[in-house]
Amino acid sequence: MNNNKVELDQQLSETVGKPLINGTPKITCRDVNVFYNQDSQAIFDVNVDLAKNQILAMIGPSGCGKSTLLRCLNRMNDTIDGCSITGKISLDGEDIYSNDIDPVLLRAKVGMVFQKPNPFPKSIYDNVAYGPRLHGIATNNSELDDVVEESLIKAGLWKETKDRLNKPGTGLSGGQQQRLCIARTIAVRPDVILMDEPTSALDPIATATIEELMHELKSSYTIAVVTHSMQQAARISDRCSYFHLGRLVEVNDTNIVFTNPEHELTENYITGRFG
Amino acid sequence: MSNLNFFIILLIIAAIVFFIGQKKAYSYSMFNGGAKLHSLPNYYGYLTTLWTFLPAFGVFVIWSFFESNVSSMLTISQFSELQQLSVDELSLALNEIKILAVTNSSSVSINNQAAAVYSEYLNHSFNLKILVSVLLALLGFFYTYLRIKPTMQARNSVEKLIVYVLFTCALIAIFTTVGIIFSVLFESIEFFSQVSITEFFFGTHWSPQIAIREDQVGGSGSFGAVPLFWGTIFISFIAMIIAAPLGLIAAIFLSEYATSQVRAIIKPILEILAGIPTVVYGFFAALTVGPLVRDFGYYLREIGINLDIEILANLTVSTESVLAVGLVMGMMIVPFILSLSDDVILSVPNAMRDGSIALGATKSETVWRVIVPAALPGIVGGFLLAISRAIGETMIVLMAAGVAANLTANPMNVVTTITTQIVTLLTGDQEFDSVKTLAAFALGLGLFVTTLILNIIALHVVKKYREQYE
Ligand SMILES: Nc1ncnc2c1ncn2[C@@H]1O[C@H](COP(=O)(O)OP(=O)(O)OP(=O)(O)O)[C@@H](O)[C@H]1O
Ligand SMILES: [Mg+2]
Repeated sequence: MNNNKVELDQQLSETVGKPLINGTPKITCRDVNVFYNQDSQAIFDVNVDLAKNQILAMIGPSGCGKSTLLRCLNRMNDTIDGCSITGKISLDGEDIYSNDIDPVLLRAKVGMVFQKPNPFPKSIYDNVAYGPRLHGIATNNSELDDVVEESLIKAGLWKETKDRLNKPGTGLSGGQQQRLCIARTIAVRPDVILMDEPTSALDPIATATIEELMHELKSSYTIAVVTHSMQQAARISDRCSYFHLGRLVEVNDTNIVFTNPEHELTENYITGRFG
Repeated sequence: MSNLNFFIILLIIAAIVFFIGQKKAYSYSMFNGGAKLHSLPNYYGYLTTLWTFLPAFGVFVIWSFFESNVSSMLTISQFSELQQLSVDELSLALNEIKILAVTNSSSVSINNQAAAVYSEYLNHSFNLKILVSVLLALLGFFYTYLRIKPTMQARNSVEKLIVYVLFTCALIAIFTTVGIIFSVLFESIEFFSQVSITEFFFGTHWSPQIAIREDQVGGSGSFGAVPLFWGTIFISFIAMIIAAPLGLIAAIFLSEYATSQVRAIIKPILEILAGIPTVVYGFFAALTVGPLVRDFGYYLREIGINLDIEILANLTVSTESVLAVGLVMGMMIVPFILSLSDDVILSVPNAMRDGSIALGATKSETVWRVIVPAALPGIVGGFLLAISRAIGETMIVLMAAGVAANLTANPMNVVTTITTQIVTLLTGDQEFDSVKTLAAFALGLGLFVTTLILNIIALHVVKKYREQYE
């Protein structure tokens, strides 16, 4: 038993594949460790780059720390008591955990879409206008209208909602709600969008719509997406990362990961042999 | 044997038949290897118990409820002297008969004879009651016991019986409330037959003292309740002005900003605060806050005189003031509003907080733009409940606001409220059918209807809010 564990530690010590990229990455993680309450470590020594205008998929068994790492990228973990992080995460070369960085402004730059659609109990319009109002993105009402319209168009929701902007956002279908949340995020004009299982609460058709949308958004944003569906990772991502027990096992171009994985653990997982 | 003794015996019987029923079920499960019994043996026991106990007990209770009335009716039918009495005299005589029946005095008055007859009837009634109950218990027992067999669906039958028992309990609670409402309603109707509705609801003069003797100094009684309604509203309003913002903001702090350690300290303190008897708040208002407010009033008046501000210079100042009562009542309601608001704020899903934070909102922006609006219906519901509490509050007002019915907008002045007037109208020696006493019922009815409406709105609002996150 103990031997197995040591073996596993050795197996997991080094990330295989191509975790770092040539050229300037949008986000870099170097030796990132994340702890919940000091004694329990959720992420071990993660090194990875996110390339600009690409989608990085994060896959791995439940509880392996995908959400934890994702939430470090916009410092959402600051809101969790007892969560601490060591190592360095940079956005455009700037350490986001340094004292000069205001996490509130950082989150406007690095937006996040959650697993369960969580529109505010406000009108569709107010949901989208929420961020721009906070950050003063529009100076007057007609500009705000434009921002809302533009964001809804980008999120592919404009046609369905342009006649009912004053209706509550909670009255939309699940897939529409999720696109509303994406529109809400886009409206703040972020550089990066983090998505934590954005389609796991949706039916296949709504999922396809969102996947298509992500494909379009890629040209303007850098996207990291956690998913439990390997088909989805294969369909939408440029690069794919596999996590196991808090360690980043393998990162590579998506087609390589799915056709020719280097690490045994990755292979077991994508071929469904993982217990 | 008394009623209580019989009840205890009935309980013991019910416990014993449980084991009898259970045992019969067990005996089946022995023969069939336990596999074929529909329900667990205990359920057969429960069923036997319920069938033995419930019908017997039900008849026993209902019988006890009516036996005294039926006995007195039968007694009256025996004595032509009693039949000739007027309604009032008859009820007096019946009272005396009932007392005599217990005390066994040895006078030979007609009432005493009647008392003998009456207790005779009661005795018969009691014996018959016990007999019928025991018969029913036996009947119920055998009815169930003989039917116990493996295919009997005891579990389902018990479930059904339980529903009936619960329903009966609920019904009793409802009937009690309805009974109270009707008694208040009838007395109020009586009152309105003597005082016109318009005078009561629109009259501005309240002085319920009526001269009992011709030579006595006192009014002819005047029942314009507007000053009372106004006093109630005025005090509640001041209380809410204090309590609503304070309670809400404290709740926001507690639920959104406070660390768990702070919460662990503050929550129990609030529970203690909520448990302080209102009479304590009452003397706090009368002895501490009242004089403070009065001194403040004098100070204002001084300023008014010095600066030649007419309103202030002519200010009526009193130790028993609306402001003092309102302040203290506000303090009393704060924990109430706080804990209600705290609950609704905590029930706003965390996904709302995350969603807002992830858009680059600060904590305060999140609280004021997302959490509070989302929780608002629930918070308002809490406010309405708090108002209806303020309206019904009696002790503080009684101790610190006085009884002078004043129609004033000056918070330093004395007013009185509906609840205070009810207390003053009903304490002391009263005739139960005087206008004065009846007025208390009319006031009570008004109070009841107001709080009822407020509560209905509040519950409706709170419920609507709950549905939003289903
Ligand atoms: N708030 C928290 N406090 C303490 N421990 C936590 C907390 N959130 C997550 N963890 C722990 O950190 C580890 C990683 O959790 P995380 O949510 O990142 O997993 P995940 O890969 O997103 O799983 P899933 O696919 O099920 O969403 C788990 O062991 C979990 O128990
Ligand atoms: Mg997760």
